[in-house]
Amino acid sequence: MQKESLIPSVGVVTDIRQETPDVKTFRVVGLDGKKLFEHKCGQCAMLSVPGVGEAMISITSSPTNEKFMEFSVKKCGCLTSWLHSMEVGQQILVRGPYGNSFPVDTTLKGQGLLFIAGGIGLAPLRSVINYVRDNRENYGDVQIVYGSRSKEDLVDYKEILDEWAADSTIKVNLTIDKAQDNWSGHVGFVPNYVKELQPALSKTVLICGPPIMIKFTLMGLKDLGFKETQVYTTMEMRMKCGIGKCGRCNIGNKYVCKDGPVFRFDELGELPSEY
Amino acid sequence: MLSLLKSKLNEFFELVAKETLVYLPVDNSSGQASYQKWKEGVVYSSALNTVRSAKDFFFPQMENLMDFKMQGKSVEVVDTRVEKEDFVIFGVRACDVASFSILDKVFLADPVDTYYQNRRDHAVIISMACSKPESTCFCPLYGIDATKPEGDLSAWETEDRIFFKANTQKGEVLLNNASRLLEESEGQIVEVQRETTKKILEELPFAHLDLSKFKGENLMELFNSPKWAELSQSCLGCGTCTFVCPTCQCFDIKDFDTGHGVKRFRCWDSCMYSEFTKMAAANPRLTQLERFRQRFMHKLVYFPDNNEGTYGCVGCGRCLIKCPVSMNIVKVIKQLGEE
Repeated sequence: MQKESLIPSVGVVTDIRQETPDVKTFRVVGLDGKKLFEHKCGQCAMLSVPGVGEAMISITSSPTNEKFMEFSVKKCGCLTSWLHSMEVGQQILVRGPYGNSFPVDTTLKGQGLLFIAGGIGLAPLRSVINYVRDNRENYGDVQIVYGSRSKEDLVDYKEILDEWAADSTIKVNLTIDKAQDNWSGHVGFVPNYVKELQPALSKTVLICGPPIMIKFTLMGLKDLGFKETQVYTTMEMRMKCGIGKCGRCNIGNKYVCKDGPVFRFDELGELPSEY
Repeated sequence: MLSLLKSKLNEFFELVAKETLVYLPVDNSSGQASYQKWKEGVVYSSALNTVRSAKDFFFPQMENLMDFKMQGKSVEVVDTRVEKEDFVIFGVRACDVASFSILDKVFLADPVDTYYQNRRDHAVIISMACSKPESTCFCPLYGIDATKPEGDLSAWETEDRIFFKANTQKGEVLLNNASRLLEESEGQIVEVQRETTKKILEELPFAHLDLSKFKGENLMELFNSPKWAELSQSCLGCGTCTFVCPTCQCFDIKDFDTGHGVKRFRCWDSCMYSEFTKMAAANPRLTQLERFRQRFMHKLVYFPDNNEGTYGCVGCGRCLIKCPVSMNIVKVIKQLGEE
């Protein structure tokens, strides 16, 4: 019978990293040890465990990674708790990739990029950041502003320090909400920090984080003179099918699973604010 | 025109049922019609419509999508799909036939839903023209002609005969197979009946509502209308409208642990339910207002905007009959459609 999108493939978890107290990153390959499927920056996949549930999770690894895919998952419900309790070698179900992507090979090409992330919101942007690093000559200045509640809540902290911050062509600005003993960096919320940093108006902005952070950061960017057409984000909604049929992830007439998850803010502005 | 004497209807079903399964509307003891499989003794009901729509044939309320076997850390996916048997649905009204093409736009859009397609491919639809539409009917509003329903075969019921017209090859094959029961007769009576029915349809109270405002360019204005508050106030969120609706196709996917493996099911869901969009962190449709608005915005604005103007409603009137608080799409169209 014809291939059915709803039927998942079996994936094997080959590595688990404890990123923060409530975020783990899972490395997944197919039963043959190879990457399950190709994806584009910003796309997602449905992860599931039989009898537990299925959920849409962004693919945090870069498409340039030829060996495996990674998913950073925050523990907050039935399925994510189960994933957090599993061990290396566990088989899970994966289907995808789903959704559109950040226009890394078209609109973003040749542009200076400003990444703004909060908490687990770094996960979908990490895919783009590492894609850009692997195709560095195609992009202008790259700046990453990333904030979380505390130092311990910074996802991918080791990679940020060892690779991104060590890369002289990338500027990394980290911030945490409240001062703490072992932190000498910036303290304060992301929206204010972005305003303080006064990023160049020529940059294209990619933003992901808690809705409240996105809201105030966007306001700040507008105050600085950025236009909505310069700012991209990636959305999250409850999904069951991932292919525009189950009927629940729509914002107005757009389905986040297939028309999104990546939207430019001027596109979102034309839709009801039901998200 | 080929016709069948109604006295030979049972023979007709018997003949067709030799080759394939046949489903037809049948009255229960309280006079309500539902589709049942034909067997000896089952009698066709000329009821205006079945209580549940015909969408169940292609999109059943619950279906097994796949199974899983687990052992230790291993997971195995068992594809439980099987090629369906051919089946015939007899007596589908024009509104429900029109609903199939609406469901097609969802389930047959890329990537195709193979569960739906499998059933669709194996079905032969024999539609039945209406001759006694009631005041809850409003299919003319959507350009549906209840006197000339689509489907593989169109049928017209008169006093003593059923007239047939094949619209597809599947329909022609079925007529050929039943040819010994059919006779060529004057189709004039069908035309006369159609004209009479058209006059009734023309005068239906909701046949001429104004839909002009329901289009993509008015999306934000309609979404932000203050009228939603009052319209949704009485909605109980019971979801009955979504279940009887021939075009409502929202679904949930859930697993059931049988104790010796897990079965994954697809079940109907309803946008009227509070958990429909609930996520771990938030729910974008917190109150019944947002959920009520979603259902009607989807049918009247979002769906047509994405599908060349086709509305997600066929005017069958089931929601008008079944809503426990008498709130329905007609009231929404009237309230929001006026300037």
